[in-house]
Amino acid sequence: MSAASLNDVGDLADVRDLADVRDLADVRDLVDVRDLVVDFPVGDGHVRAVDGVGFTLRAGQALGIVGESGSGKSTVAHGLLGLHRGTGARIGGSVRVAGVDAVTAEGEELRRLRGGLAAMVFQDPLSALDPYYAVGDQIAEVVRVHRAVSRRGARARAVEVLDRVGIADAARRSRSRPHEFSGGMRQRVLIAMALACEPRLLVADEPTTALDVTVQAQILDLLHELRAETGAGLVLVTHDLGVVAGSVDRVLVMKDGRPVEHGPVAEVLGTPREPYTRALLSAVPRVDAPEVPGAPAGLAGPARTGRPGGTAGGDVLLEATELRREFATRGVTRRTAPVTAVDGVSLTVRSGETLGIVGESGSGKTTLGRMLVRLLEPTGGRLHYRGRDIGVLGEKDLRPLRRELQMVFQDPVSSLNPRRTIGESVADPLRVAGESDERRIRARVGDLLERVGLDAGWYHRYPHEFSGGQRQRVGIARALAPRPRLIVCDEPVSALDVTTQAQVVELLGELQRDLGLALVFIAHDLAVVRQVSDRVAVMRAGRIVEQGDADSVYDSPRHAYTKGLLAAVPVLDPVEATARRHARLASAGT
Amino acid sequence: MAPQEPRTGVAPAASPAAGGRQVWRRLLARRAVLAAGLVIVLLALIAAAAPLLGAVEGQDPTSYHNDLLDSAAGGVPTGSLGGVSAEHWLGVEPGTGRDVFARLVHGARISLLVAVGATLVQVAIGVLLGLAAGLGSRLLDQLIGNTTEVMLALPSLVFAISLMAVVPSGFPRPLLLTLVIGLLGWAGTARLVRAQTLGLRQLDYVAAARLAGATRWRIARRELLPSLAAPVITYAAVLLPSNVIAEAGLSFLGVGVRPPTSSWGQMLSGATTWFRADPMYVLLPSALLFATVLAFTVVGDAVRTELDPRAAARLRVGTARGTAGPTADGPAPGTGTPGTGSPGPSGATEEATA
Amino acid sequence: MTRFLLRKAVGMVGVLLILSVIVYAVFYIAPGDPAQLACGEKCSPAQVLQVRERLGLDAPVHLQYAHFLQGVVAGRDFSAGTGLLHCPAPCLGISYRSGEQVTGMITARLPVTASLALGAMVLWLALGVGTGLLSALRRGRLSERLLTALTLAGNSVPVFVIGLVLLIVLCAQLQWLPFPSYVPLTEDPQQWFWGLLLPWVSLALIESAKYARLTRSSMLETLADDHIRTFRAYGVSERRLVTRHALRGALTPVIALTAMDLGTMFGSAVLTESLFGLPGLGKLLVTSVGLIDLPTVVGLTLVTGFSVVLANVIADVLYAVTDRRVVLT
Repeated sequence: MSAASLNDVGDLADVRDLADVRDLADVRDLVDVRDLVVDFPVGDGHVRAVDGVGFTLRAGQALGIVGESGSGKSTVAHGLLGLHRGTGARIGGSVRVAGVDAVTAEGEELRRLRGGLAAMVFQDPLSALDPYYAVGDQIAEVVRVHRAVSRRGARARAVEVLDRVGIADAARRSRSRPHEFSGGMRQRVLIAMALACEPRLLVADEPTTALDVTVQAQILDLLHELRAETGAGLVLVTHDLGVVAGSVDRVLVMKDGRPVEHGPVAEVLGTPREPYTRALLSAVPRVDAPEVPGAPAGLAGPARTGRPGGTAGGDVLLEATELRREFATRGVTRRTAPVTAVDGVSLTVRSGETLGIVGESGSGKTTLGRMLVRLLEPTGGRLHYRGRDIGVLGEKDLRPLRRELQMVFQDPVSSLNPRRTIGESVADPLRVAGESDERRIRARVGDLLERVGLDAGWYHRYPHEFSGGQRQRVGIARALAPRPRLIVCDEPVSALDVTTQAQVVELLGELQRDLGLALVFIAHDLAVVRQVSDRVAVMRAGRIVEQGDADSVYDSPRHAYTKGLLAAVPVLDPVEATARRHARLASAGT
Repeated sequence: MAPQEPRTGVAPAASPAAGGRQVWRRLLARRAVLAAGLVIVLLALIAAAAPLLGAVEGQDPTSYHNDLLDSAAGGVPTGSLGGVSAEHWLGVEPGTGRDVFARLVHGARISLLVAVGATLVQVAIGVLLGLAAGLGSRLLDQLIGNTTEVMLALPSLVFAISLMAVVPSGFPRPLLLTLVIGLLGWAGTARLVRAQTLGLRQLDYVAAARLAGATRWRIARRELLPSLAAPVITYAAVLLPSNVIAEAGLSFLGVGVRPPTSSWGQMLSGATTWFRADPMYVLLPSALLFATVLAFTVVGDAVRTELDPRAAARLRVGTARGTAGPTADGPAPGTGTPGTGSPGPSGATEEATA
Repeated sequence: MTRFLLRKAVGMVGVLLILSVIVYAVFYIAPGDPAQLACGEKCSPAQVLQVRERLGLDAPVHLQYAHFLQGVVAGRDFSAGTGLLHCPAPCLGISYRSGEQVTGMITARLPVTASLALGAMVLWLALGVGTGLLSALRRGRLSERLLTALTLAGNSVPVFVIGLVLLIVLCAQLQWLPFPSYVPLTEDPQQWFWGLLLPWVSLALIESAKYARLTRSSMLETLADDHIRTFRAYGVSERRLVTRHALRGALTPVIALTAMDLGTMFGSAVLTESLFGLPGLGKLLVTSVGLIDLPTVVGLTLVTGFSVVLANVIADVLYAVTDRRVVLT
């Protein structure tokens, strides 16, 4: 630092005269983003990912950036740490974080910004950590980048922050490698890494997306607590409006790279001004209300009102008794304890009704769903379809029955063959059934495509030409093609954006009403399941812990696990969300 | 960010069937690939028209011309550049005086026929066994899997040399070469196809086809083979040049085609004793062999980058990556060697329901 | 770990047994009469009969195979004209031509092939991994072109072509290098080195292309991993990102491939050895094949097979040791 520059600081009055007055006024803003524009190179040209985003954030405040996929929300978050350097992206506008210009900072200053002033909590906690090193060493490494401490001191700090984020027995666990932790614990480790150098800003990019709802609540509570404790600012990026409700002070809603609405969380979620925000909010399924306000009659709406109690109605189609499924963990010859995925499940599905199955990851719900349509063979128990035991049938005997039991899959990418036209995919069940008249096949496929809201003329298009929601519609058309009696939907909307989600759910409801289908709706999202189901079964560790009429399960859960699940569901009302957090903390304290 | 990243065992191929024509157009747009393609076409024409070309020159590949050799110098061709003359465009062979041009163009026949034939044999066996292992019962899978491992463990060059030596000399040599190279080299393809099949089988569209009531055969034909085509073609494009080299190598060692049939490798084998006196005789077959393999490699490489989106993705760097699913254990990214037989990073075992 | 090794060892023995059955079947049953082959084309039926008896070829095939196995495990005796010839374990039989024991013939030539393979490995690793890392870390036109050239050349030239060209240029024309020959390391290290330099260079030029490519793609892949992004976002310097977080993952497949290649090298050095006239295993094989000396051919095939299988196991272990995510069970 030269004498001249010291003088400059002394002549504050002169500086004020020369410089933009706003700059000094905003010094207390921790984050100041103005007119941010990010262009990514694509082929020969550029694609604008972020277009004119601006916001400020003060220390101790939290900002939620919300948007659907492709809205540019993660790009903004990455821009706060100057992470677009070296990727070929063009940045316009200004980004200042704790006095550092993230767009132009170089060398030492940039390194200080990254981790020292602002720290990022990444999304996928498994791949975001180096698989080869113990987590304690990885945190210690980050500490030593920013602080002149001994190896030992850095290691001690690592244990300290691990302990702070709630890793039990932190000193010992700090010597474990990432794959030895569960998903939630890994996310805690990532948060610990972010805390390590006491940054003034935490940037969390979808920190809870890969996690179950109960773990999600814990992580959000932890972030909230840490912010209160350290006075750091928080930028929380998420697609889930429920996540921001209880966690931030202000919300920025983004769409296609542009800011849509920006304001205090209670205002944006409570009295949204922009139509897009309203649409987004109305599309969110609510766990506390059976009907979506504003949306047309939801799935099975009339059916439910027509059949109070929900269990009455059609004949029993499918009946599972003590159904079990074990998986051998390794080859045939080696004996290792098999994993029990489904452990004695009994349920019935009647024609025309929707049975919802909720459970967290690993609960066995997918395995159960696949057994119900006999993609998997049960290893125990009985499975009756219209009085016939189909649990023991071989592939050949099953074939004539196949068309009556169909499935809609979770992943719209892998559920359609990328090398066949969607028309061919939908026509497949017809051809297999022996239909060979090309004209009739075309006509029927056209009808089906129109039925699910697609254009009949799209027969010859390939899956990659469609969006996720459209592909899911194709998948539904294919399931409908053989005129089934029952369709198992395995997480049919979990890969979709919330507005698309609502549309697909609505379509399923319509179809069920019109065609009198029985549906088994499997999902991890309690709200979606409530919205669609007449009856609900809650699964945990391969068993059904609670089963019954949807309203009674949700409104007066009997099992403790169901209660815990429901308490962890994020709600859209900020006041309610805060109240729930306090309730959770209180119950954790006792 | 999508709310939940779709989990795919096999990255969906970027270009579907409709993209086939685009692939061709892009391939042809690259000059090196175009040149290599022309070289291959030219070689194929030469091979097809070998007797005709010999006739145009007025020579055949088997006649001895002792009068053109300098017996005092031990049989080195008289004249410059290995005896180049109006009658013998590229000179004559030291020691025998056979016409080099005629032998070279006839050698192209052996080289191409054997390499292409062996590649077809390898791919046919590999795809068949790989599919059977991937779709069949566990027992069948283990049987084929173990056989494949043993085949990979065979020191194939040693085995080929030995086999070529013990088969009675009555058996037609070019056919024998094709069979030996083909039968010893299918394991890589089988392993690739098996791994791909196992990966593809997990995909939901295969489950959907089962629910539609499709038979195993129909699933293999309709759902799997189209997706297998790209990796198999890519792999075959790597096999082809290595088969050219294998044929040349075996003939070089004296166990390939037998005189009087000519082959480049065999000519090079003769060249080891003459390289000081007659360097031309070394350089001509070397250059042809080099050009052939290079042309096949360039084209194969281009096909690989066009058809294998994962290989292309590997070469892209950047912080923002798309959905790169966990890679199925395909062939090692190296060029020739099929897989390393390593367990791969199978670390965190997902729960069985996934 | 011990269980893993034990299982691998058992698997290895299994593969070797299958291999030996195949080899035995192919060479002793398929091509006709081994006694005729042993005796030569011009033998009279009586002489052939005599040879058959002497070599134990009159016994049923499975017994012959059992004797062969017994020889490998415990040694066996042959009747040699008047007396008995003892062949100690591991006995791979007796050469039809020279009457020498195959095991001895192989061990005598092993140092040549080992010298060739190990020396070439050092060279190809230096060249290949170096080029690969360079082109992955300093991405520019030059390194890109260098890599492409090396790869295409390495893939497109058989070792005997590159060797011949080098031989003409470096030895015959420029006379910078002596003509290759083998002098045992123990006899004269300097001559050993100079005599093998050209074969090493030829082999390394061919092999290094593969390594350059693997190193490059593996490094780029690792650098694109999410965890690299994490540490970049925490201000860790690029140099440290590479040396601490990327190198280890990136080199794991390279190490495994090296082990594999070294194993195959014992078989695939045939071409190099016959080109340069080095008296190694490959040269022995070509000579024995020319003489239709079945026991030697079978012995060599088994030994090279053994080295490949062993290399496989070593590669697996190395992979598991470097990549600790792999659980050894």
